[in-house]
Amino acid sequence: MVDYGSFPPYNYAKPLTSPLLFIIYPSTFIIPDMVLVFAESQRGHLKKAALEAVTYGKKVADLMGTSCVALTLGAVNGADELGRYGASRVLNTSNATFDNFDSQTYSAAIAQVAKENDATVIILSHTSTGKAIAGRLSVRLHAGLVSGVNGLPTVKDGALSVKKSVFSGKAIAEYEVGGAVKVLSLMGNAVKPEVTGGVVAVETVAVEVANSRIRVKEVKTQEGTVPLPEAEIVVSAGRGMKGPENWGIVENLAATLGATTACSRPVADTHWRPHHEHVGQTGIAIRPNLYIAIGISGAIQHLAGVNNSKVIVVINKDPEAPFFKAADYGVVGDLFEVVPQLNEAFKKFKAGN
Amino acid sequence: MKLLVCISQTPDTTAKISFNADGTQFNAAGVQFIMNPYDEWYALVRACELREALGGSVTALNVGPAANETTIRKALAIGADEAVRINAEPPSAGFVAKQIAEYAKAENFDIIFFGKETIDHNGSEVGAMVAEHLDLPYVSYASKLDLNGNTATLERDIEGGVEVLELDLPFVVSAAKGMAEQRIPNMRGIMSARTKPLKEVQPVGYENTVKTVAFTLPPAKAGVKLIQPDQMDELVRLLHEEAKVI
Repeated sequence: MVDYGSFPPYNYAKPLTSPLLFIIYPSTFIIPDMVLVFAESQRGHLKKAALEAVTYGKKVADLMGTSCVALTLGAVNGADELGRYGASRVLNTSNATFDNFDSQTYSAAIAQVAKENDATVIILSHTSTGKAIAGRLSVRLHAGLVSGVNGLPTVKDGALSVKKSVFSGKAIAEYEVGGAVKVLSLMGNAVKPEVTGGVVAVETVAVEVANSRIRVKEVKTQEGTVPLPEAEIVVSAGRGMKGPENWGIVENLAATLGATTACSRPVADTHWRPHHEHVGQTGIAIRPNLYIAIGISGAIQHLAGVNNSKVIVVINKDPEAPFFKAADYGVVGDLFEVVPQLNEAFKKFKAGN
Repeated sequence: MKLLVCISQTPDTTAKISFNADGTQFNAAGVQFIMNPYDEWYALVRACELREALGGSVTALNVGPAANETTIRKALAIGADEAVRINAEPPSAGFVAKQIAEYAKAENFDIIFFGKETIDHNGSEVGAMVAEHLDLPYVSYASKLDLNGNTATLERDIEGGVEVLELDLPFVVSAAKGMAEQRIPNMRGIMSARTKPLKEVQPVGYENTVKTVAFTLPPAKAGVKLIQPDQMDELVRLLHEEAKVI
């Protein structure tokens, strides 16, 4: 809650002009603060990260004794669904400028809505979009920022304490964020989307932003597969595959599991697999529920991108592969025999469940 | 072409990470420090390539104590023309961004480069903050950057693919794998780095609201459970019943 006894509580403080506030809150001199969640969409559809962020925002709002409001930018189908994940209001502004991503126009719009609604905590997703916005927004709102949080904060005297993974997964840091406004970005797969309410009607809000200085020419993405950072199961393979022509067994296993395929750095560097499949320190950092590593030795640079996976299965013919030290389950064997057998075992399991 | 490359110093990728007993201080004993790999391999090298093709200058900037000068000299050895160190032990990303923005606002750089994130804080925060301070466009996780006159064409890594975009100078960019190839400094570079200018600048005030309370190490893994290669049904059973991930 914002205490107006210590006025001005905001860097962008609005003076108390309306006597109405005193009628509504006559005894405490406080107004309710609010958690604002920026719910990301892509091509008019909500991302999984948006549902996670709203679920998280609702939990943060509950801790603070306040409400969670979701904001979508651009044309979005089914934004009313965000009510089911805990948003008490869903706001949208569908200016055509938001059809293309620009951190500048997006953060200007989010900041404007945050100010108009006296938001004290703003939740973003730690995605390519959220990472580009978070820093801008924190400067614009004079807010403290912690990016890539992976758990709920504790709230004490208006400050939030929250944890994130640091040193590329080798340690955890806890931060305390003071100040009137805070920005948190939520790591993917850190929170499971939870349905707690019903749909709410989308309210259209107007924002004024300058035209974007970025001209998006083309967006090249894989259709029909879950992007790696969002995937709950990832099947990843390395040099042990011996050549790109052998990837069929990996793809079959991924298809059985509804998993997304990934690869190690040497595989991407030799163009056996596309660059966007590369997980590891220089590639993408992921944290799926299940990471199956096939024919990957587990160099420290690879581990840095996957060591936050909940469960790691390693299949490698070399019992000395360093990856086994980071694994939960290991199979020492010839991947060309083991992977098809594992696929059959999963198929049998799926058929029986 | 006036280019700024902001570099961080981080523990080496393979460094053993540990902290003092109450978790408030990183234990630097025996740790080798390096230039943050994304800053070095991609941001700095691409800036040097552009300078070589188009003329101009590359300035390397670090916000840190005097002990960072070894890392800064390496940036000069790789090819930066001059360096600036803002003398501070930075308490937060917000502090670093404020210092860089204060320095850069009088200099009118055409492009301000960052690495996509540091391998210690993994925040990816400072580039966006600097862009906002300077009211400049920001392209993050760029895996390609080409210039044609005043117009740049970039590719930006997004979930499951890339976005191709165009914008005019000046702007801020964070560099990812693909933008350039790592360069090993040669002897001439190392020698000339000794005499290139390295200027020290004093920091400006900043009201910090983000405090690191404590570091902890993640819980140790219980150890790998080995399954015989002909027991894949058993592995599936364990993943379902024990790990509960399928």
